Amino acid sequence: MTGQGVVRWTAEQVLALAPDAASRKAGGKLAAPGPWSEAAAADGALWGLCKGSGSKPYQTVVDIEGPGYQCSCPSRKFPCKHALGLLLLWAADEGTVGAATREPPEWAGQWLAGRRARGRRPGGDGAERKQPADPVAARRRAERRAQRIAAGATELEQRLADLLRGGIASADQAGYARWDEMAARMVDAQAPGLAARIRELSAIPGTGAGWPARLLEECALLHLLNQGYLGLDRLPGPLAATVRSHVGLTTDAATLLDGEGIRDGWLVLGQRDTDEGRLAVRRIWLLGQRRGRLALLLSFGAAGRAPELTLPVGSVLDAELAYYPAARPLRATLGERHTPPVPGGVPAGVRVGEALAAYGAALCDDPWLDGWPTVLRGVTPIPDGEFWQIADQEGDAALPLVPGARTSRWRLAAISGGGPVTVFGECGHRGFTPHTVWSEGEAVPL
Amino acid sequence: MVRGRGGTAVTAGTTWNDLVSAALLGAERRTPPGGSPAALLDLAATAAVRRRAGLRPAAAAARPEPAPRDTRPALPAAAARRLALLLTGRAEGGGGRRGSAPDLAELLPQWLAAANARGYRAPAAQLPALLDAARSRTDLRAETLAFAGPRALWLARLNPEWKFALRGAAGHPGPEPQDADAVRRLWDEGLFAERVALLTAIRRRDPAKARELLSGTWSSERAEDRLMFLDSLRQGLSAGDEPLLEQALTDRSRTVRATAAELLSALPGSALAARMSVRARACVSLDRTGPHTPHPGPQLVVEAPYECDNGMQRDGVVPKPPSGRGERSWWLSQVVEAAPLADWSRQLGGRSPAEIVALPVADDWQADLHAAWARAAVRQRDAEWARALIGKPSIPMAEGPGDPARLLTVLRPGDRAAWAAEFIAAHGLSEAFRILGTCAVPWSEPLVRAVVDALEIARDAGSYPWSFSGVMGLAERCLDPAQADRLTPLATLPDEPEGGAPGAGEYWAEAFQRLVATLRMRAAMLDELAGGG
Repeated sequence: MTGQGVVRWTAEQVLALAPDAASRKAGGKLAAPGPWSEAAAADGALWGLCKGSGSKPYQTVVDIEGPGYQCSCPSRKFPCKHALGLLLLWAADEGTVGAATREPPEWAGQWLAGRRARGRRPGGDGAERKQPADPVAARRRAERRAQRIAAGATELEQRLADLLRGGIASADQAGYARWDEMAARMVDAQAPGLAARIRELSAIPGTGAGWPARLLEECALLHLLNQGYLGLDRLPGPLAATVRSHVGLTTDAATLLDGEGIRDGWLVLGQRDTDEGRLAVRRIWLLGQRRGRLALLLSFGAAGRAPELTLPVGSVLDAELAYYPAARPLRATLGERHTPPVPGGVPAGVRVGEALAAYGAALCDDPWLDGWPTVLRGVTPIPDGEFWQIADQEGDAALPLVPGARTSRWRLAAISGGGPVTVFGECGHRGFTPHTVWSEGEAVPL
Repeated sequence: MVRGRGGTAVTAGTTWNDLVSAALLGAERRTPPGGSPAALLDLAATAAVRRRAGLRPAAAAARPEPAPRDTRPALPAAAARRLALLLTGRAEGGGGRRGSAPDLAELLPQWLAAANARGYRAPAAQLPALLDAARSRTDLRAETLAFAGPRALWLARLNPEWKFALRGAAGHPGPEPQDADAVRRLWDEGLFAERVALLTAIRRRDPAKARELLSGTWSSERAEDRLMFLDSLRQGLSAGDEPLLEQALTDRSRTVRATAAELLSALPGSALAARMSVRARACVSLDRTGPHTPHPGPQLVVEAPYECDNGMQRDGVVPKPPSGRGERSWWLSQVVEAAPLADWSRQLGGRSPAEIVALPVADDWQADLHAAWARAAVRQRDAEWARALIGKPSIPMAEGPGDPARLLTVLRPGDRAAWAAEFIAAHGLSEAFRILGTCAVPWSEPLVRAVVDALEIARDAGSYPWSFSGVMGLAERCLDPAQADRLTPLATLPDEPEGGAPGAGEYWAEAFQRLVATLRMRAAMLDELAGGG
């Protein structure tokens, strides 16, 4: 395998790896041939020497799959500016980081060989393969946790009943304090999923017209989740798994991969980072080219690190995926990758009405879904002050755009130019959240 | 909004609104549907899922008109990636002038100019970032909007934050000058900025037509508007503008009068220029007997005006001097500055500007007289007088008659660069910034040599490089990228000179590294735009 066929990333994809704005900037400045020597690419890896202020240049290696980084600089940032600079340079300029004509130098080759020998493949989304632990102790721990969550859910039910006894009319004056306290108790009860729902719920009172109805909806769905968890034994297996995952109980990715993976050419539909407390969460949506299945990969970065997994949006990855158990499987973990990503085409997509129907069907399996990954075809964004829509090319069917980042909206409008486009995003009860648009056959992240 | 399907009935006799009302009121006050808070939540959960699962599309609002087609060719892929990087650098702000890596925000103007020169179309995805850049940096506006093209204007019509783009003269074509009705309508009803843009655009294509438009409404314009409109006449100023300007000399507004007088004095054939010439020549005369010591020969004798009469004031002479300046010298300066330079040769025995400037001046009037001539040379774009007045680049700046940076702008590019190179060789870089700013890009070979030598001398003197950051910044933008190889040796760590500032050598190496890196990046940028990247 050579560098041929490997998709060069866009600058934006590289910059998405940066742990912070300062690193993005520093990396951008190093994306010039000046400080680099012996930079080359081969076999899905890049390496180069970067002249710093000292006499000895830094040795930088990047494994594009993963990706993984190694640099001799003292920076604690990860990836460091040198790795970012090298990736940017590679993304921008075939001349400077061309296909290697020789074997990688020893310092790069050793690290790459070691990394690949350890196996970069299973649990590629950052999940570590756990050592086999004492199964009896593990079961006891799991039982203790289940009891704590059940106690938490019972207490939360009480709290919701109290709220409805007193009436939600005064909820906007009550302040966040009691909800914050409740969320903290759910964290103690090891039910982070419940804690997150409480925090979202606490933000509703007093926000715009119709907030009491929205608050009631969210309280009711939280109640439904509590009841689901408290009656877990009586639920069918897949629905029980869905409830467990919403409460915050995760399945070890490594055990999933021990089972059968689904191999397909996975088109990378979109990638989105969100900042959730001290955790950076990256979502990557995939669409199987042969079987048409959707998948969601999650990757986390803690303490100032960007999530490690990144896949070029618009490319196709021949790989195996294992789904987490659920009534409507979506979240998956990446197994073996058979080839590096290659450029993909434009996905087929559906019309607005079909998108809402698909979301409705998904809700039948998982009533707590806020949105469902959707490719819309032939839709036109309609900017209208605060309230944007995305509408079918013909007929009068439209979805409201969920208010979001100003840049993505306007970028979407600019690419559409008032004409129909193919857009990937999430379709949900609040409307559509766009993530990727195809422009002249190329995927543009929004 | 997305609509719920199937009405709002939750169960027989209970609607969603009933549930919300019950929730608002609270079970303590009234028994809720279902009989308990838990039952109410059960009902609400069913209703919520049912509503969400049964959502129907909203009715589409009016779709925007499609954007006009941009037929220019798309950027080469490498150039498009570079643009994305440059715009990212912009969004994250300038990082000051430290470190060894290039400042991306400073490279954006060059990149835009080069892309426009090649006639590329902007990538649609970058239009919002380009419009934001043009919004925050007015110096970038013209190039950015030209590059962003018609689709950016289409976009700007949808977003009030980008309204500026619709008013800018560069991107917005406005009505065709032939379309007299449309021009007239915009001129009569347009916003001020639109009217200025219209006037400027028409002035560029047809000066007389612009003048006609302006004189039609002149008397009804507000004073500050009159001033701006008058300013638009600077471009393509000609004898035809004289009647309008003469009329403006009697304007109610002092600043309008002053501007009209200034414009008229830049027209050497104007009546005002002739009147000023008479006044000026009455003040300056040749004394053939000359001083007997120390230099025998003819000298200039100056008799400054004794009063600033109404005629002078009408011609734009400001009677009240700034504090610390004598009245008579103030009046003399203004009169000489506004008088046509060409008349002096006739007045002073057919001498050339160089010979006139060389004449001794009696009674300490030389500084005033030469400074006034220097301003006249700039105003009348007279290269011969400018060359005579700017003097030798070797003399210290303070002794020259006028502002050399302004006088240089009148000289031909080659002469400018040669003068600047000599100036830097003689004085170093501490006062070179404005001088360099007037020189054509890329810098000529002698100028490059002078600047690099001066930087090397400054480094060897052991001071920190920060005092020269302005010049370094100019060098990054103005040096020919082909010079990078030649500068590379300077980017190594020099020996610490005796008595130098501690660590200065390292900072200098860093500054030169940055210069070299920037030049290489500029070379790469141009290469990418040529399709070679």
